[in-house]
Amino acid sequence: MSVAIHIDHVIKRYDQVTIIPNLSAHIKNGEFFTLLGPSGCGKTTLLRMIAGFNSIEGGEIKFDDLVINEIPTHKRNIGMVFQSYAIFPHLTVRENIEYGLKLRRFDKAEIKTKVDAILKAVKIEEYQDRLPERLSGGQQQRVALARAIVIHPNVLLMDEPLSNLDAKLRVEMRSAIREVQNQVGITTVYVTHDQEEALAISDRIAVMQTGVIEQIGKPQSIYTRPYNVFVSTFIGHSNLFVGKIKVEDHKTFVLFQDGYQLKMDNLSSVTDGQEIIISVRPEEFSVQEDGIECTIHNRVFLGKYVNYTLAFASGMVMKNQSATEFSQDLGHAEKVFEIGETIILRPNKAKINIFTADQRVNLIRDVKQYE
Amino acid sequence: MNKKLLTWDFWTFVTVSSVVVFGLFLMYPLFSLFISSFLDPATGVFTMENFSKFFSRKYYYQSLINSMWVTTCVTILSIMIGTALAYLMTAFKVKGKGAVEVLVIISMLSPPFIGAYSWVLLGGRSGIMTQFLSDLFHMEWPSIYGFSGILLVLTLKLYPFIYLYVSGALKKIDASLIEAAESLGCSGIKKIVTVIMPLVMPTLLAGALMVFMNALADFGTPMLIGEGFNVMPVMIYSEFINEVGGQANFAAAMATLMVILTTTIFLLQKYVVNRKSFTMSSLRPMQAKGLSGLKNAVMHIAIYGLVLVSVIPQVTVIYTSFLKTKGQIFVSGFSMDSYRIVFDNLALAITNTYVYSFVAILLIVFFGMLVAYITTRRKSWLTDIIDTLTMFPYIIPGSVLGITLLLAFNEDPLILSGTATIIIVSLVIRRLPYTLRSSSAILYQISPSVEEASISLGASPLKTFFKITAVMMIPGVLSGAILSWITCINELSSSVILYTGGTKTMSVAIYTEVIRASYGTAAALSTILTLTTVIGLLLFFKVSGSKDISL
Repeated sequence: MSVAIHIDHVIKRYDQVTIIPNLSAHIKNGEFFTLLGPSGCGKTTLLRMIAGFNSIEGGEIKFDDLVINEIPTHKRNIGMVFQSYAIFPHLTVRENIEYGLKLRRFDKAEIKTKVDAILKAVKIEEYQDRLPERLSGGQQQRVALARAIVIHPNVLLMDEPLSNLDAKLRVEMRSAIREVQNQVGITTVYVTHDQEEALAISDRIAVMQTGVIEQIGKPQSIYTRPYNVFVSTFIGHSNLFVGKIKVEDHKTFVLFQDGYQLKMDNLSSVTDGQEIIISVRPEEFSVQEDGIECTIHNRVFLGKYVNYTLAFASGMVMKNQSATEFSQDLGHAEKVFEIGETIILRPNKAKINIFTADQRVNLIRDVKQYE
Repeated sequence: MNKKLLTWDFWTFVTVSSVVVFGLFLMYPLFSLFISSFLDPATGVFTMENFSKFFSRKYYYQSLINSMWVTTCVTILSIMIGTALAYLMTAFKVKGKGAVEVLVIISMLSPPFIGAYSWVLLGGRSGIMTQFLSDLFHMEWPSIYGFSGILLVLTLKLYPFIYLYVSGALKKIDASLIEAAESLGCSGIKKIVTVIMPLVMPTLLAGALMVFMNALADFGTPMLIGEGFNVMPVMIYSEFINEVGGQANFAAAMATLMVILTTTIFLLQKYVVNRKSFTMSSLRPMQAKGLSGLKNAVMHIAIYGLVLVSVIPQVTVIYTSFLKTKGQIFVSGFSMDSYRIVFDNLALAITNTYVYSFVAILLIVFFGMLVAYITTRRKSWLTDIIDTLTMFPYIIPGSVLGITLLLAFNEDPLILSGTATIIIVSLVIRRLPYTLRSSSAILYQISPSVEEASISLGASPLKTFFKITAVMMIPGVLSGAILSWITCINELSSSVILYTGGTKTMSVAIYTEVIRASYGTAAALSTILTLTTVIGLLLFFKVSGSKDISL
């Protein structure tokens, strides 16, 4: 039966190096939970701790109320899907899927019923008697998924299962995985470094960096209301501006360096003169009479959008950003601008995010780090 | 503390037992040898006497010089012949390429002393060719004994190593590299010297080491046709066998010198190769071009001539085995007499050969796979030690290994001398490293996540090894094992020291028959051995599905 996973203050150490210092998360029964982060952030390490391939140096991981720290992998009843598929090359598709069932000593008839059903669910019935080397990458991943699910595991663990597939197949497999997971209703922990994949597939996402969970939330909250600057720049693109808070007659404004100000109604407690970072996504700008002035540095035509790289007056933007960008929706644009042209852009105050100067907290009211 | 070392599971057991096995059958005997070489035979006190005796008498130290001289010549000659053949066979279209390759491999796998003694039959004092030439033309056939004989026999036996290594490397050179060189204005000999040679150099050096070690350690050939030309293995053997009352300290000293020599060469080669090692993978191998006219004819004559000379020993042996004999003398006409005598008197040697080699190969495959697993997947300081220990058999000549085992297990508590066990142990120790290396290479190709997949599905790690990992390894390991088996049945240098009447093997029997000048029975035994080798080889081709041989 599917279970909830409770991760309480776990620590992962290799010799003297601490990979995960102190991590907690609670994954609900039946949930599709994604660990997202740049490479080396510890997401795979954490997944392999849940699987039992990595030891746990501190804290505990529980399946419902059962502490699993010391239970060896093969007794945890997990299903795992690997980046490299890890299909047994000497067994046929059907034999691969039967493998876990045989170890559980089901009788023959029952094995056949279960395997037939799963073959149908992942749509690989016609390949069942083939050896894996004659299957495409997508088909192999379907076999891996079927093999992991057919044993009715407590949890399904997936380690970057789509990263070896080409872009089109990735999108197709993404919905296949989600569909099968919905049907079976099994708690799933999914690891990926691809943010688009994470946003598309997950119930909730945990964004990780250097062994720490920066934010847990629904895909939409993560994108629209990132908890800190790392999340806001890691998920999608964000332009970061240096700014200040101005409080006047109980009204709160954010002030750009060039003096342009926006009246804000959704900030939590702030003080007059407080230094802040203003985060604006490229699609949150619109061309208006009033706003901040910039020059177009470069232009890339992308079909639905035109993406402009912008140059602002010195001191306006945070240093060390990859680029400041504006994407213009061609469905509503009146004119396409030329390189070198100066334009005035107004940020959408309902959408933008305001962070403390140390980049760590979002000052918008009711943004939660762990949702 | 490393947690894995503390938990006592199956793999810890494997790790510990392989340390014990290598310690007991390799390190302990080797150290016994070293110590024994520093002891005075009469009093048992520490002395350098054994070494100073060796270096003070020309009779002894000349054998070291001889060994080095003949080995170096064999290596250089093998490199020249092997590389040339490999290049011609890869770059140009050769008619009957497959047959040429198989014949070359057969001449490599059959024991060199068979070559030695059939050259005696051909060109010895009363050999067929010698008499033919002197009867008809009153010409003198050049002497087959001594330095030139050893050089001839060992080169013909060992150039195939170079051929196999280099043609393997040539296959990995992408044709575009050669085309790039040509587009930059480089062609002909210059292309070979500046592009092709450097690319195959690391492989060539690895092959050269094999040839050097084999030539240096070879005992049968110089014993049979060396005559006055003494080399180290023969000297060690005769000193060891001649010693009365088990005082083998002098032989031990010479064996120690030999190990020091091979270790130096081995480390030197490693140093050179490591500095210039790189990997190549070819998408588009070189295409063989057709030659025409005189060049083509010369090339074919050279290749066919070489192959003919290489297989002459085998042909001679098979031919003589069917000659009619009277006592030890050949009389005119054909008969099966030699075979009858062999099956009447030497049947035990044949059974022994098959039994020992099968037992050895089973142990080699079993241990090889387990030990390969711990050294690749369960790394710890202990497995590093095992990894180092398994290098030793590469550098210990067969006769030296024989002596160390005999010295170490000749008294209580573990008396193994004269048993079948000691011969099987020597076979296992000598061949295990090869299977180990190939098993590790195969394991590196298998993604660990395949094993993890099995474990995640509920199979315990041990079950996973036997149900998944081992099953995936078997095809590769097996084909390597067949080659090891072929070398096991042909093994002479350590078994000639370890055998007693009841544990005689075929190669030992051939050797003793040749010494007794019963050429008929020796030929019959050799034919059986050669036939077994050929069958083994065919089996290898079938199992591995290719003609790529690596030893």
